[in-house]
Amino acid sequence: QKVTVEVLDHLERLALVDFRDAEGVERLQKAIQFADQLHEVNTDGVEPMDSVLEDRCLYLREDDVTEGNCTKELLKNAREKVEEYFVAPPGNIPLPKLEERETFLQGS
Amino acid sequence: MLRASVREVSAALKEGHVTPTELCQQCLSLIKSTKFLNAYVTVAEETALKQAEESEKRHRRGYISPYNATVVQKLLDQGAVLLGKTNLDEFAMGSGSTDGIFGPVRNPWSYSRQYKGKSVPKSHSEDEESNWVITGGSSGGSAAAVSSFTCFAALGSDTGGSTRNPAAHCGVVGLKPTYGLISRHGLIPLVNSMDVPGILTRCVDDAAIVLGSLAGHDPKDSTTIQDNFKPFELPNLTDVSKLSIGIPKEYHAPGLSSEILALWSKAADLFKNAGAKVIEVSLPHTCYSIVCYHVLCTAEVASNMARFDGLEYGHRSDMNKSTESLYAATRREGFNDVVRGRILSGNFFLLKQNYENYFIKAQKVRRLIANDFVKVFRSGVDILLTPTTLSDAVPYMEFIKEDNRTRSAQDDILTQAANMAGLPAINVPTALSKRGLPVGLQFIGRSFQEKQLLTVAKWFEKQVKFPMIQLEEVKRHDRNVFQYQKSASFS
Repeated sequence: QKVTVEVLDHLERLALVDFRDAEGVERLQKAIQFADQLHEVNTDGVEPMDSVLEDRCLYLREDDVTEGNCTKELLKNAREKVEEYFVAPPGNIPLPKLEERETFLQGS
Repeated sequence: MLRASVREVSAALKEGHVTPTELCQQCLSLIKSTKFLNAYVTVAEETALKQAEESEKRHRRGYISPYNATVVQKLLDQGAVLLGKTNLDEFAMGSGSTDGIFGPVRNPWSYSRQYKGKSVPKSHSEDEESNWVITGGSSGGSAAAVSSFTCFAALGSDTGGSTRNPAAHCGVVGLKPTYGLISRHGLIPLVNSMDVPGILTRCVDDAAIVLGSLAGHDPKDSTTIQDNFKPFELPNLTDVSKLSIGIPKEYHAPGLSSEILALWSKAADLFKNAGAKVIEVSLPHTCYSIVCYHVLCTAEVASNMARFDGLEYGHRSDMNKSTESLYAATRREGFNDVVRGRILSGNFFLLKQNYENYFIKAQKVRRLIANDFVKVFRSGVDILLTPTTLSDAVPYMEFIKEDNRTRSAQDDILTQAANMAGLPAINVPTALSKRGLPVGLQFIGRSFQEKQLLTVAKWFEKQVKFPMIQLEEVKRHDRNVFQYQKSASFS
């Protein structure tokens, strides 16, 4: 079954990356087809496995501050900053809808 | 720009608003148009542009890591000299080391006497250059660096075989440690539940040495186990009669070259003739490991790549209409097709309507794969012996004909399951193929039993006497090429 344009649009918004071209969409279709092979396996009564270390206790360290004060180093890599702030354009503005976005999916 | 103060222009250069070359050209241009002032007696145009270029290179270094990965820090603390950073597939996604922004890595064996001697030139005009073979990947740069003697050891990563695969193609030892043994702090995560730092060296003893300085609990990585790790020296095993070697039949995968099949068989016989118990075993879910990996990997990638938004580090788009559109544009510009493809696939599998059927399903299959190994090791098998790759290294021109996902799916088939189960595995260079290229075999051990794994690997390495690469460049460099390894090789 083909993936609908609605789902493709939804994915572009969730992932914040674009399909770019027909090849990109085809790539997803092939990926889904490939993954469908999983359904051949009988997993009745099998618990999902999160980690191979599931039998061990997760290490938790003491809640003490052991390092920090590296503002300068961290800011070095940011392109836009003001004093000690990372600068971002305004938030709370949703990504334009499919019809208004520059995306390959338009007109699909 | 030319009227700015030093402080302002310096800031502009740092932020990338202008490049040193652009600035230099602006100055040179203005000098030309104000020639009537007679201010300059000499204009060192060429030198200035060259210096601007140098400056640009320094600026372009771009991302400066604010901290060292634990594995890097450990090496530095022990006095190691770090020669540099090596090339790879972008974000470790790939099995050829061909999909990186710095271009593909070339396998040093492409320039070896062994390979050149065997390749038949198709025509007089054929460029020898176009015949070069890939290193495998994704840690191909590291494998090539070790293989060409430019360093004594290198670090890689291994999530689906990314250390063992290039090790096999480049004729070096590639060790994937048990998940949880070596800290991942500082290793850019691909699949958090499978990634491990990998070790590449020219012999098994060296791998043990490097492992000794890297393994152990790290408070900065809560997925490292707390057990006390004691670095070990490998004994010189002489008696293998107490060993039980398992040969998993499913690793006779479709596409396995007859050459490698024969070598694998020969290796099994080697153990048998030396008195070890060699038995065929079954890991029935092996064929699903790649599919399982595909889903889990893309899902984790979708999450892990979310941090690359351009705000705190890395490439940042000029788009500034909104935060969302900045993120979208930055990621659109910054990620290659492979990475974007995996992010989108991962997001698909994580959608509410797909989560149970794909992601959870894959996690269940993962348990089945891991259990296969548990059953086999519980039945008395100490070590598993398998091929590492399906064939020797292919020429770059041939490799790029297929897309990245197809290639990865094909090439990871023999290495991936060990990552699924978190087990230690090592590639040991075994022999040269008909084309004069390295072929390696893989040993998979029990969790945290690296000493046993490496001991067996070392014994095997001693038996096969893998030939040394004969590179012209290195010969000129070092007259004292070790001669003793010219004895009869395994093939």
